[in-house]
Amino acid sequence: MSWWETVRSGLSAIRAHRLRSALTVLGIVIGISSVILTVGLGQGAQREVEEQIDALGSNLLIVSPGSSTSSSGMRGGFGSASTLTFADARAIADPDVVPDAAAVAPASTSSVALVNGDTNWTTSLVGTSTAWPRVRSRELSAGRFFTGAEAEQGAAVVVLGPDTASELFGRRSPVGQQVSVNGTRLTVIGVLTSSGASASGSSEDDLAVTPAATSSRLTGSTADTVSTIYVEATSEDMLSAAYQEVQALLVNRHGVTTSEADFSIATQASLVETANETNRTFTVLLGGVAGISLLVGGIGVMNIMLVSVTERVREIGLRKALGAAPGVIRRQFLVEASLLGLTGGVVGVLIGVVGAQVLPRFIDQAVAISAVATVAALATALALGIGFGVYPATRAARLTPIDALRSE
Amino acid sequence: MSALIELDGVRKTYRSGSVEFEALRGIDITVETGEYVAVIGPSGSGKSTLMNLLGCLDVPTEGRYVLAGDDTSELDEAALAAIRNRRIGFVFQQFHLLASMPAWRNVELPLIYAGVPRAQRRERAEAALARVGLADRLANRPGELSGGQQQRVAVARALVTEPDLLLADEPTGNLDSASSRDVLGLFDELHDAGRTIVLITHEPDVAARAGRNLVIDDGLITSDRLRSAAPAGAR
Repeated sequence: MSWWETVRSGLSAIRAHRLRSALTVLGIVIGISSVILTVGLGQGAQREVEEQIDALGSNLLIVSPGSSTSSSGMRGGFGSASTLTFADARAIADPDVVPDAAAVAPASTSSVALVNGDTNWTTSLVGTSTAWPRVRSRELSAGRFFTGAEAEQGAAVVVLGPDTASELFGRRSPVGQQVSVNGTRLTVIGVLTSSGASASGSSEDDLAVTPAATSSRLTGSTADTVSTIYVEATSEDMLSAAYQEVQALLVNRHGVTTSEADFSIATQASLVETANETNRTFTVLLGGVAGISLLVGGIGVMNIMLVSVTERVREIGLRKALGAAPGVIRRQFLVEASLLGLTGGVVGVLIGVVGAQVLPRFIDQAVAISAVATVAALATALALGIGFGVYPATRAARLTPIDALRSE
Repeated sequence: MSALIELDGVRKTYRSGSVEFEALRGIDITVETGEYVAVIGPSGSGKSTLMNLLGCLDVPTEGRYVLAGDDTSELDEAALAAIRNRRIGFVFQQFHLLASMPAWRNVELPLIYAGVPRAQRRERAEAALARVGLADRLANRPGELSGGQQQRVAVARALVTEPDLLLADEPTGNLDSASSRDVLGLFDELHDAGRTIVLITHEPDVAARAGRNLVIDDGLITSDRLRSAAPAGAR
C-alpha cells in the first residue's frame, strides 16, 4: 500500500467523522495559534524596544539619583533620593573634567496643571537646558526650542509634547498661545514631534518642557535637585570612557566611594536589556502556558485515535484478513493521527497570522510573526500527531484478526 | 492434480490463565486443487478453529500446515498477511463489508494490499462484480443492497485476487433461504469453473452441495467421505 494510498484512506476516515475530527483538531488549533501569538507578542515588544534604542542613539548615559546597585539596607531605591543637583550637571558639562561628554542635559520633573482658558490638563513639567532635544533625540513639529538666553533668564516659555498640545488646544496651533501654570502665564514657543511610548511604558508625548530656572520658579521649589542628568558621549566608542569620567566626578563631588555611590548611571543599552529581559520572561511564561495547551491538544488526538481504533476493530480485522500486514495498519493510523495534527497546525497558524493583524488594533502592542516560529509550530503539530498516534496505531496493529472480526 | 492443503498432525491449544483447552487434537487432512469440501460440526467442535488455521488467521500449536507448497507454521504476522492476500479469499457469515464504501471499493480492498495499480484495481473489481452478477450495483453502498447481494459482493471481493482457495465460514448463516440458494448456486458455478472451495457450516443441506464432507467433533475428524462422484478438478 503506497503512502499516497494511505494518506487518501486517512483523509476519507477523517472525513467520515467530520464533527469528531474537528473537535479533536480544536485543541491543537488553540495550542498552535496561542504559541504563535505569544511568541509574536514577545518578538513585537522586543522589536519596538530595539527601534527605540536606534532612535535614541546608543551613546547616551542616564544618571539618576539613588543607587540601583545596592537596594538593601537604608539606601533608597532607584530614583527615590534627591542627591543630584544642577551643579553636578554643570560640573559634568565642563569639557576639562569630562572630555568625552558631547552634551549634558539635567532634567527635573514635576507634575503640574496647565490651563488654557477653561481647559486644564495635568502633565509632567520638565525643567532642563537647551541640550535636552539633542540628548533625547527629539525634534519640533512647530515653533522652536528655548534659547540659551531664555534658559539663563528663566523666561516664561514652554515647549509642549504633541499629546499635551492637542489636549489643550485641540487642532489649533498652540505656538504663540498662552498657558498658565499656578497662575503664571507661559508662552508656547514650540511643539515636539511624537516619539511613541518609551521603554518604561510612560508616554513621552505628554509633557511640557521649560528652562530649568522657569520650572523651579513655577513649582516653588528652592532645592537645586534634578531627577535625571542625560549625558551624550562624543561617540559610541567613548561611552565607557564617559561613563567612568562621570562616575569619578560624581563620586568625588559627593564625597562617597564607588561602592556606596548615591547615584546610578545607566546606558541606553542597559535599559533596553532590562526591558528585553522582562519581555523574555513574559514570552517564556505565556509560551509555556500555550505549550501546555498544545500538549493537551495532543492528548486529545490520542484519545480520539484510541476511540477510533476501538470503534473500527472489525474494519481492522477485515483489513488484516484481506492481507494488510501489521505495519500497514500501524501506518494507516499513524498517518491519520498526523493528518489531524497537521490540519490543526495549519488552521492554528492561519488563526495566529490573522490574530497578529487584528490584535494590535485592540492592544497597543505590535505582533511579529516569524517564519521560523511558524514552521516550528507546524512541525510541532505534525510531531504531536505522530507522537500521540503511535500508541493507538500500535494497538490497532497488534489486534489479532480473529478477535477483531468476531467483536460486535 | 496437486495437494493444495496439507494438514499434518495439527493441534491447537488455547490457554486462558492456568486452564488449557485443546480445540484441535491432531488433524490430518489433504485437499486437492479443485475440490469442494464442506466441514460440518456442532458448535464447540473446533470447526471455527480449523477455519482460522486454514485461513492463516492463526497458527497451529503443533503440527504442520502446508498451503500450496508453503509451510505456514513458521511464518510471522506480516508473511501470513501476504499469504492471506495472495492465496485465500474469505467469505464470512456477517459479510464484513465496509459500510462507508461503495461495492466496487469493497471489492478493491485486497488489491490495494497486493499493491495493484489504481486503474487496474477498478477494472478487476468491476470484472469480479460482473462475475457474481452485480455489474449494475458497482456504486451502491452495502446498506443499499439486500443480504444476498451483500454476500455476492463479499464473494466478488474473495475472488478478485484470483486466490487458490475460497474459504467460506457459514456463508448462508445470515441469509434467507432464497438468498442462500442463490449464493450456494454461485459456489457451485465457481466449483465447476475449477475453484477450490472449503466451506464451513453446521447445516447438513448446505454441506450436501459439496463434493466431500468432513465431520469434525471434539477436535477430531470423525468422518471424511465423498458425496458425489468426484471433485471437479479430477474430472
